[in-house]
Amino acid sequence: MRVPAALREVGGGQSTLAVDLREAGTVADLLDAIGATHPALERRIRDEQGALRIHVNLFVGEENIRGLAGAGTVLRAGDEVSIVPAISGG
Amino acid sequence: MAETLVLVGTAKGLFSLRSTDGRRHFELDGPDLAGEEVYATCIDGRGSSPRLLAGSVSMHWGPVVRRSDDLGGSWTEQDETAVAFPTDTGAALARIWQLAPGGVDQPDVVYAGVEPAALFRSDDGGRSFALVRELWDHPHRSQWNPGGGGLCLHTVLVHPADPARLLVAISAGGVYLSDDAGGTWRASNAGIVAGFLPGATTPEFGQCVHKVARDARDPERLYLQHHDGIYRSDDGGASWVPMHSIGGVDFGFPVVAHPTLPDAAYLLPLEGAEYRCTPDGRCTVWRTSDAGASWSPLTTGLPQADAHMTILRDAFTTDGDAPAGLYFGTRSGELYGSADDGDSWQLLAAHLPPVLSVRAATIA
Repeated sequence: MRVPAALREVGGGQSTLAVDLREAGTVADLLDAIGATHPALERRIRDEQGALRIHVNLFVGEENIRGLAGAGTVLRAGDEVSIVPAISGG
Repeated sequence: MAETLVLVGTAKGLFSLRSTDGRRHFELDGPDLAGEEVYATCIDGRGSSPRLLAGSVSMHWGPVVRRSDDLGGSWTEQDETAVAFPTDTGAALARIWQLAPGGVDQPDVVYAGVEPAALFRSDDGGRSFALVRELWDHPHRSQWNPGGGGLCLHTVLVHPADPARLLVAISAGGVYLSDDAGGTWRASNAGIVAGFLPGATTPEFGQCVHKVARDARDPERLYLQHHDGIYRSDDGGASWVPMHSIGGVDFGFPVVAHPTLPDAAYLLPLEGAEYRCTPDGRCTVWRTSDAGASWSPLTTGLPQADAHMTILRDAFTTDGDAPAGLYFGTRSGELYGSADDGDSWQLLAAHLPPVLSVRAATIA
Protein backbone atom coordinates (compact mmCIF):
# COMPACT_ATOMS: atom_id res chain seq x y z
CA MET A 1 0.00 0.00 0.00
CA ARG A 2 1.30 3.40 -0.95
CA VAL A 3 0.88 5.95 1.83
CA PRO A 4 0.67 9.66 0.93
CA ALA A 5 2.88 12.10 2.77
CA ALA A 6 -0.06 13.49 4.74
CA LEU A 7 -0.60 10.10 6.38
CA ARG A 8 2.93 8.92 7.00
CA GLU A 9 2.90 10.06 10.61
CA VAL A 10 0.14 7.55 11.30
CA GLY A 11 1.55 4.99 8.88
CA GLY A 12 4.74 4.27 10.75
CA GLY A 13 6.65 6.91 8.80
CA GLN A 14 6.78 4.74 5.72
CA SER A 15 5.77 5.57 2.17
CA THR A 16 4.83 1.97 1.42
CA LEU A 17 3.48 -0.84 3.56
CA ALA A 18 3.83 -4.44 2.43
CA VAL A 19 0.94 -6.65 3.49
CA ASP A 20 0.57 -10.41 3.13
CA LEU A 21 -2.97 -11.46 2.29
CA ARG A 22 -4.57 -14.82 1.75
CA GLU A 23 -5.20 -15.84 -1.84
CA ALA A 24 -8.08 -13.87 -3.35
CA GLY A 25 -7.86 -11.39 -0.50
CA THR A 26 -9.76 -8.15 -1.01
CA VAL A 27 -9.27 -4.47 -0.36
CA ALA A 28 -11.34 -4.94 2.79
CA ASP A 29 -8.90 -7.63 3.93
CA LEU A 30 -6.04 -5.28 3.20
CA LEU A 31 -7.65 -2.56 5.34
CA ASP A 32 -8.30 -5.06 8.12
CA ALA A 33 -4.61 -5.93 8.07
CA ILE A 34 -3.60 -2.28 8.05
CA GLY A 35 -5.98 -1.68 10.95
CA ALA A 36 -4.25 -4.34 13.01
CA THR A 37 -0.86 -2.71 12.70
CA HIS A 38 -1.67 0.94 12.02
CA PRO A 39 -5.18 1.64 13.36
CA ALA A 40 -4.87 5.40 13.07
CA LEU A 41 -4.08 4.99 9.38
CA GLU A 42 -7.01 2.69 8.78
CA ARG A 43 -9.54 5.04 10.36
CA ARG A 44 -8.42 7.82 8.05
CA ILE A 45 -9.39 5.64 5.12
CA ARG A 46 -12.68 4.22 6.36
CA ASP A 47 -15.03 5.00 9.22
CA GLU A 48 -15.93 2.77 12.15
CA GLN A 49 -18.68 1.13 10.10
CA GLY A 50 -16.19 0.15 7.44
CA ALA A 51 -17.31 2.67 4.83
CA LEU A 52 -14.62 4.27 2.71
CA ARG A 53 -14.46 7.96 3.60
CA ILE A 54 -16.22 9.97 0.96
CA HIS A 55 -13.22 12.14 0.07
CA VAL A 56 -10.74 9.27 -0.01
CA ASN A 57 -10.07 7.14 -3.05
CA LEU A 58 -8.21 3.87 -3.23
CA PHE A 59 -6.61 2.89 -6.48
CA VAL A 60 -5.46 -0.61 -7.39
CA GLY A 61 -2.80 0.18 -9.90
CA GLU A 62 -4.50 2.90 -11.92
CA GLU A 63 -8.08 1.79 -11.22
CA ASN A 64 -10.26 3.47 -8.60
CA ILE A 65 -11.93 0.74 -6.57
CA ARG A 66 -15.19 2.71 -6.75
CA GLY A 67 -15.27 1.65 -10.40
CA LEU A 68 -14.34 -1.91 -9.53
CA ALA A 69 -15.90 -3.94 -6.76
CA GLY A 70 -15.28 -1.41 -4.01
CA ALA A 71 -13.91 -2.91 -0.83
CA GLY A 72 -14.65 -6.32 -2.31
CA THR A 73 -12.13 -5.79 -5.09
CA VAL A 74 -9.88 -8.83 -5.19
CA LEU A 75 -6.17 -8.21 -5.01
CA ARG A 76 -3.44 -10.20 -6.67
CA ALA A 77 0.10 -10.72 -5.52
CA GLY A 78 2.12 -7.65 -6.27
CA ASP A 79 -0.81 -5.26 -6.63
CA GLU A 80 -0.11 -1.73 -5.47
CA VAL A 81 -2.93 0.05 -3.65
CA SER A 82 -2.65 3.83 -3.44
CA ILE A 83 -4.47 6.11 -1.00
CA VAL A 84 -5.45 9.21 -2.95
CA PRO A 85 -7.29 12.13 -1.33
CA ALA A 86 -10.00 13.52 -3.55
CA ILE A 87 -9.31 16.91 -5.08
CA SER A 88 -11.84 18.50 -2.78
CA GLY A 89 -11.64 21.25 -0.25
CA GLY A 90 -11.96 24.97 0.02
CA MET B 1 3.93 34.16 36.47
CA ALA B 2 0.44 33.09 35.47
CA GLU B 3 -0.19 32.64 31.78
CA THR B 4 -3.49 33.16 30.04
CA LEU B 5 -4.00 30.66 27.25
CA VAL B 6 -6.62 31.09 24.56
CA LEU B 7 -7.25 28.22 22.15
CA VAL B 8 -8.83 29.26 18.88
CA GLY B 9 -10.25 26.43 16.82
CA THR B 10 -10.72 27.42 13.21
CA ALA B 11 -11.82 25.87 9.95
CA LYS B 12 -8.15 25.40 9.06
CA GLY B 13 -6.48 24.41 12.28
CA LEU B 14 -5.83 25.33 15.88
CA PHE B 15 -4.26 28.63 16.92
CA SER B 16 -3.24 29.71 20.39
CA LEU B 17 -2.74 33.06 22.04
CA ARG B 18 -0.74 33.48 25.22
CA SER B 19 -0.33 36.37 27.60
CA THR B 20 2.04 36.62 30.53
CA ASP B 21 1.45 40.28 31.35
CA GLY B 22 -2.02 40.24 32.80
CA ARG B 23 -3.80 39.92 29.45
CA ARG B 24 -2.50 43.21 28.06
CA HIS B 25 -0.63 41.59 25.17
CA PHE B 26 -1.05 38.23 23.49
CA GLU B 27 1.29 36.30 21.26
CA LEU B 28 -0.34 34.34 18.45
CA ASP B 29 0.97 30.92 17.52
CA GLY B 30 -0.17 28.26 15.05
CA PRO B 31 -1.69 26.67 13.26
CA ASP B 32 -1.45 23.22 14.75
CA LEU B 33 -3.56 20.51 13.12
CA ALA B 34 -3.32 22.52 9.91
CA GLY B 35 -6.16 21.98 7.50
CA GLU B 36 -8.49 20.43 10.05
CA GLU B 37 -11.71 21.95 11.38
CA VAL B 38 -11.41 22.33 15.14
CA TYR B 39 -14.90 22.51 16.59
CA ALA B 40 -14.01 21.50 20.14
CA THR B 41 -11.16 22.14 22.54
CA CYS B 42 -10.89 21.75 26.28
CA ILE B 43 -8.43 23.15 28.80
CA ASP B 44 -8.69 20.72 31.68
CA GLY B 45 -7.16 22.05 34.84
CA ARG B 46 -8.40 19.41 37.26
CA GLY B 47 -5.32 17.21 37.29
CA SER B 48 -1.85 17.85 38.66
CA SER B 49 -0.96 19.61 35.42
CA PRO B 50 -3.20 21.12 32.77
CA ARG B 51 -4.24 18.92 29.89
CA LEU B 52 -5.52 20.10 26.54
CA LEU B 53 -7.91 18.18 24.33
CA ALA B 54 -8.84 18.94 20.76
CA GLY B 55 -11.52 17.43 18.59
CA SER B 56 -10.99 18.06 14.92
CA VAL B 57 -12.13 16.76 11.58
CA SER B 58 -10.33 16.59 8.27
CA MET B 59 -12.48 16.75 5.18
CA HIS B 60 -10.50 13.84 3.81
CA TRP B 61 -9.39 11.83 6.80
CA GLY B 62 -12.26 12.13 9.27
CA PRO B 63 -12.48 13.10 12.95
CA VAL B 64 -9.74 12.79 15.57
CA VAL B 65 -9.38 13.49 19.29
CA ARG B 66 -5.90 14.53 20.39
CA ARG B 67 -4.39 15.30 23.78
CA SER B 68 -1.57 17.55 24.84
CA ASP B 69 0.13 17.38 28.20
CA ASP B 70 2.58 20.17 27.40
CA LEU B 71 0.12 23.00 26.78
CA GLY B 72 0.03 22.48 23.07
CA GLY B 73 3.72 21.94 22.46
CA SER B 74 2.84 18.54 21.05
CA TRP B 75 -0.39 16.65 20.35
CA THR B 76 -0.84 12.92 20.54
CA GLU B 77 -3.49 10.61 19.20
CA GLN B 78 -4.16 7.21 20.71
CA ASP B 79 -3.53 4.20 18.50
CA GLU B 80 -6.98 2.93 19.25
CA THR B 81 -9.66 5.31 18.19
CA ALA B 82 -10.84 7.59 20.97
CA VAL B 83 -14.43 8.20 19.90
CA ALA B 84 -16.23 5.71 17.68
CA PHE B 85 -19.77 4.44 17.45
CA PRO B 86 -20.22 0.74 18.19
CA THR B 87 -20.86 -1.36 15.11
CA ASP B 88 -24.42 -2.22 16.09
CA THR B 89 -25.47 1.43 16.03
CA GLY B 90 -24.79 1.69 12.32
CA ALA B 91 -23.61 5.26 12.96
CA ALA B 92 -20.30 6.86 12.13
CA LEU B 93 -18.74 9.80 13.91
CA ALA B 94 -18.99 12.94 11.81
CA ARG B 95 -17.72 15.65 14.14
CA ILE B 96 -16.82 16.32 17.76
CA TRP B 97 -18.74 19.36 18.96
CA GLN B 98 -17.87 19.46 22.61
CA LEU B 99 -15.19 18.24 25.00
CA ALA B 100 -16.18 18.93 28.59
CA PRO B 101 -14.52 17.96 31.87
CA GLY B 102 -16.46 15.86 34.36
CA GLY B 103 -16.77 16.85 38.00
CA VAL B 104 -13.90 18.35 39.95
CA ASP B 105 -13.61 15.11 41.91
CA GLN B 106 -13.56 13.05 38.70
CA PRO B 107 -10.26 14.15 37.16
CA ASP B 108 -10.28 11.38 34.57
CA VAL B 109 -13.87 11.87 33.42
CA VAL B 110 -14.34 13.78 30.18
CA TYR B 111 -17.49 14.02 28.08
CA ALA B 112 -17.66 14.37 24.33
CA GLY B 113 -20.73 15.67 22.54
CA VAL B 114 -20.75 14.64 18.91
CA GLU B 115 -22.56 14.53 15.59
CA PRO B 116 -24.70 12.56 14.97
CA ALA B 117 -26.15 13.65 18.28
CA ALA B 118 -24.72 11.46 21.00
CA LEU B 119 -22.81 11.67 24.24
CA PHE B 120 -19.59 9.79 24.94
CA ARG B 121 -17.85 9.45 28.28
CA SER B 122 -14.16 8.90 28.99
CA ASP B 123 -12.89 7.56 32.30
CA ASP B 124 -9.22 7.80 31.38
CA GLY B 125 -8.70 11.47 30.75
CA GLY B 126 -9.79 11.47 27.13
CA ARG B 127 -7.76 8.52 25.84
CA SER B 128 -10.84 6.46 25.11
CA PHE B 129 -14.55 7.18 25.18
CA ALA B 130 -17.64 4.98 25.42
CA LEU B 131 -21.04 5.78 24.00
CA VAL B 132 -23.63 6.71 26.63
CA ARG B 133 -26.11 4.13 25.45
CA GLU B 134 -29.06 5.32 27.47
CA LEU B 135 -29.19 8.63 25.61
CA TRP B 136 -28.51 7.01 22.25
CA ASP B 137 -31.40 4.61 22.89
CA HIS B 138 -33.77 7.37 23.99
CA PRO B 139 -37.10 6.98 22.18
CA HIS B 140 -37.05 10.63 21.12
CA ARG B 141 -33.83 10.28 19.13
CA SER B 142 -35.43 9.27 15.87
CA GLN B 143 -37.45 12.49 15.96
CA TRP B 144 -34.53 14.85 16.50
CA ASN B 145 -33.78 16.96 13.45
CA PRO B 146 -30.53 18.54 12.36
CA GLY B 147 -30.05 22.28 12.64
CA GLY B 148 -27.90 24.25 10.24
CA GLY B 149 -24.75 22.80 11.73
CA GLY B 150 -25.94 19.22 11.63
CA LEU B 151 -27.60 17.01 14.24
CA CYS B 152 -25.21 17.71 17.05
CA LEU B 153 -24.95 17.39 20.80
CA HIS B 154 -23.08 20.61 21.50
CA THR B 155 -23.45 21.34 25.20
CA VAL B 156 -22.52 19.25 28.24
CA LEU B 157 -22.90 20.78 31.69
CA VAL B 158 -21.91 18.84 34.80
CA HIS B 159 -23.49 20.00 38.05
CA PRO B 160 -20.67 21.38 40.21
CA ALA B 161 -22.02 19.87 43.45
CA ASP B 162 -23.25 16.57 42.04
CA PRO B 163 -21.45 15.25 38.97
CA ALA B 164 -24.17 12.67 38.43
CA ARG B 165 -26.45 15.49 37.36
CA LEU B 166 -25.86 16.18 33.67
CA LEU B 167 -27.43 18.57 31.21
CA VAL B 168 -26.94 18.16 27.49
CA ALA B 169 -28.33 20.22 24.65
CA ILE B 170 -28.98 19.06 21.12
CA SER B 171 -29.76 20.96 17.93
CA ALA B 172 -32.51 20.27 17.31
CA GLY B 173 -33.64 18.05 20.09
CA GLY B 174 -33.53 20.43 23.03
CA VAL B 175 -32.36 20.04 26.60
CA TYR B 176 -32.07 16.62 28.23
CA LEU B 177 -31.29 16.00 31.89
CA SER B 178 -29.92 13.03 33.79
CA ASP B 179 -29.72 12.68 37.56
CA ASP B 180 -27.87 9.38 37.54
CA ALA B 181 -24.68 9.97 35.57
CA GLY B 182 -26.39 9.24 32.27
CA GLY B 183 -28.31 6.14 33.30
CA THR B 184 -31.66 7.74 32.46
CA TRP B 185 -32.58 10.86 30.51
CA ARG B 186 -35.62 13.09 30.26
CA ALA B 187 -36.40 15.96 27.92
CA SER B 188 -36.62 19.24 29.84
CA ASN B 189 -37.79 22.07 27.64
CA ALA B 190 -40.87 23.33 29.49
CA GLY B 191 -41.44 26.96 28.60
CA ILE B 192 -39.16 27.12 25.55
CA VAL B 193 -41.17 28.20 22.52
CA ALA B 194 -40.20 26.58 19.24
CA GLY B 195 -41.10 29.54 17.07
CA PHE B 196 -39.88 27.75 13.99
CA LEU B 197 -42.60 25.11 14.33
CA PRO B 198 -46.18 25.62 13.17
CA GLY B 199 -48.13 27.36 15.87
CA ALA B 200 -45.00 28.38 17.80
CA THR B 201 -45.65 25.64 20.30
CA THR B 202 -43.80 24.41 23.38
CA PRO B 203 -43.29 20.74 22.56
CA GLU B 204 -41.76 18.29 24.99
CA PHE B 205 -38.63 18.24 22.82
CA GLY B 206 -37.42 19.40 19.43
CA GLN B 207 -36.36 22.89 20.42
CA CYS B 208 -33.27 24.24 18.69
CA VAL B 209 -31.23 25.10 21.75
CA HIS B 210 -28.03 26.81 20.65
CA LYS B 211 -26.13 26.97 23.95
CA VAL B 212 -26.63 26.79 27.72
CA ALA B 213 -24.45 28.27 30.47
CA ARG B 214 -24.55 27.89 34.24
CA ASP B 215 -24.55 30.79 36.68
CA ALA B 216 -21.33 31.26 38.64
CA ARG B 217 -22.92 31.22 42.09
CA ASP B 218 -26.25 29.46 41.80
CA PRO B 219 -25.81 26.09 40.10
CA GLU B 220 -29.56 25.77 39.60
CA ARG B 221 -29.63 28.96 37.52
CA LEU B 222 -29.01 28.47 33.81
CA TYR B 223 -28.99 30.80 30.82
CA LEU B 224 -30.09 29.51 27.44
CA GLN B 225 -29.79 30.89 23.93
CA HIS B 226 -32.48 29.32 21.80
CA HIS B 227 -32.88 29.66 18.05
CA ASP B 228 -35.35 32.47 18.53
CA GLY B 229 -35.40 33.35 22.18
CA ILE B 230 -33.39 33.74 25.37
CA TYR B 231 -34.37 31.89 28.53
CA ARG B 232 -33.40 31.34 32.13
CA SER B 233 -33.99 28.43 34.46
CA ASP B 234 -33.91 28.72 38.25
CA ASP B 235 -34.52 25.07 38.91
CA GLY B 236 -31.63 23.31 37.27
CA GLY B 237 -33.25 23.18 33.86
CA ALA B 238 -36.57 21.68 34.93
CA SER B 239 -38.41 24.72 33.55
CA TRP B 240 -37.53 27.82 31.57
CA VAL B 241 -38.77 31.40 31.51
CA PRO B 242 -38.05 34.06 28.87
CA MET B 243 -35.44 36.64 29.73
CA HIS B 244 -36.00 40.28 28.83
CA SER B 245 -35.64 40.70 25.10
CA ILE B 246 -32.61 42.53 23.69
CA GLY B 247 -34.29 45.03 21.43
CA GLY B 248 -36.26 42.28 19.77
CA VAL B 249 -33.09 40.58 18.53
CA ASP B 250 -33.18 37.29 20.34
CA PHE B 251 -31.41 35.14 17.79
CA GLY B 252 -27.83 34.19 18.49
CA PHE B 253 -25.59 31.24 19.08
CA PRO B 254 -23.44 31.59 22.23
CA VAL B 255 -24.26 32.44 25.82
CA VAL B 256 -21.55 32.82 28.45
CA ALA B 257 -22.00 33.10 32.21
CA HIS B 258 -19.67 35.35 34.15
CA PRO B 259 -17.17 33.03 35.85
CA THR B 260 -17.39 34.55 39.33
CA LEU B 261 -20.25 37.04 39.63
CA PRO B 262 -23.83 35.91 40.30
CA ASP B 263 -26.66 36.72 37.90
CA ALA B 264 -24.22 37.88 35.23
CA ALA B 265 -24.14 36.57 31.68
CA TYR B 266 -23.29 37.66 28.15
CA LEU B 267 -24.95 37.30 24.77
CA LEU B 268 -23.93 38.14 21.23
CA PRO B 269 -27.21 38.57 19.35
CA LEU B 270 -27.33 38.17 15.60
CA GLU B 271 -29.89 39.27 13.09
CA GLY B 272 -31.82 36.10 12.54
CA ALA B 273 -32.77 33.74 11.44
CA GLU B 274 -31.80 34.08 7.78
CA TYR B 275 -29.01 36.68 7.88
CA ARG B 276 -27.24 35.57 11.07
CA CYS B 277 -24.80 38.46 11.27
CA THR B 278 -24.37 41.24 13.81
CA PRO B 279 -27.43 43.52 13.54
CA ASP B 280 -27.13 46.78 11.61
CA GLY B 281 -23.44 46.17 10.98
CA ARG B 282 -22.64 46.80 14.64
CA CYS B 283 -20.90 44.30 16.87
CA THR B 284 -22.34 44.47 20.37
CA VAL B 285 -21.91 42.19 23.37
CA TRP B 286 -24.82 42.40 25.80
CA ARG B 287 -24.39 41.88 29.52
CA THR B 288 -26.90 41.25 32.23
CA SER B 289 -26.14 41.68 35.92
CA ASP B 290 -29.62 40.81 37.11
CA ALA B 291 -30.16 37.37 35.60
CA GLY B 292 -31.70 38.61 32.40
CA ALA B 293 -34.13 41.20 33.75
CA SER B 294 -32.19 43.86 31.85
CA TRP B 295 -29.28 44.01 29.43
CA SER B 296 -26.55 46.57 28.79
CA PRO B 297 -24.72 46.97 25.49
CA LEU B 298 -20.94 46.68 25.53
CA THR B 299 -19.36 48.33 22.50
CA THR B 300 -16.08 49.93 23.54
CA GLY B 301 -13.44 48.63 21.18
CA LEU B 302 -15.91 46.71 19.02
CA PRO B 303 -16.64 47.79 15.43
CA GLN B 304 -19.83 49.81 15.20
CA ALA B 305 -20.11 50.26 11.46
CA ASP B 306 -19.96 47.92 8.48
CA ALA B 307 -19.31 44.96 10.77
CA HIS B 308 -21.25 41.99 9.45
CA MET B 309 -19.94 39.23 11.69
CA THR B 310 -21.13 35.81 12.76
CA ILE B 311 -20.13 34.32 16.10
CA LEU B 312 -20.79 30.61 16.46
CA ARG B 313 -22.03 28.83 19.57
CA ASP B 314 -18.66 27.80 20.97
CA ALA B 315 -16.71 30.80 19.74
CA PHE B 316 -17.38 32.91 22.86
CA THR B 317 -15.86 32.05 26.22
CA THR B 318 -14.30 33.26 29.44
CA ASP B 319 -10.95 32.48 31.00
CA GLY B 320 -12.50 32.06 34.45
CA ASP B 321 -10.44 34.83 35.97
CA ALA B 322 -11.57 37.89 37.94
CA PRO B 323 -12.18 40.34 36.46
CA ALA B 324 -13.37 38.08 33.71
CA GLY B 325 -11.41 37.72 30.55
CA LEU B 326 -13.83 37.27 27.67
CA TYR B 327 -12.96 36.19 24.14
CA PHE B 328 -14.95 35.67 20.97
CA GLY B 329 -14.02 34.75 17.45
CA THR B 330 -15.85 35.43 14.22
CA ARG B 331 -16.42 33.53 11.04
CA SER B 332 -14.50 36.31 9.35
CA GLY B 333 -11.39 35.39 11.29
CA GLU B 334 -11.17 38.01 14.02
CA LEU B 335 -10.60 37.34 17.70
CA TYR B 336 -11.68 39.97 20.21
CA GLY B 337 -10.82 39.95 23.89
CA SER B 338 -11.72 41.82 27.04
CA ALA B 339 -9.82 41.78 30.33
CA ASP B 340 -12.35 43.83 32.30
CA ASP B 341 -15.63 41.92 32.37
CA GLY B 342 -16.49 43.12 28.89
CA ASP B 343 -16.30 46.86 29.61
CA SER B 344 -13.73 47.28 26.83
CA TRP B 345 -12.49 45.10 24.02
CA GLN B 346 -9.46 44.83 21.79
CA LEU B 347 -8.79 43.01 18.57
CA LEU B 348 -6.35 40.24 19.51
CA ALA B 349 -6.01 38.61 16.10
CA ALA B 350 -7.30 39.13 12.58
CA HIS B 351 -7.13 37.37 9.24
CA LEU B 352 -7.49 33.95 10.83
CA PRO B 353 -9.54 31.26 9.13
CA PRO B 354 -13.20 31.18 10.19
CA VAL B 355 -13.32 30.75 13.97
CA LEU B 356 -15.33 27.76 15.16
CA SER B 357 -14.44 27.49 18.85
CA VAL B 358 -12.66 29.45 21.55
CA ARG B 359 -11.59 28.29 25.00
CA ALA B 360 -9.43 30.12 27.53
CA ALA B 361 -7.92 29.65 30.97
CA THR B 362 -5.41 31.17 33.27
CA ILE B 363 -2.66 28.68 33.97
CA ALA B 364 -0.68 29.04 37.16
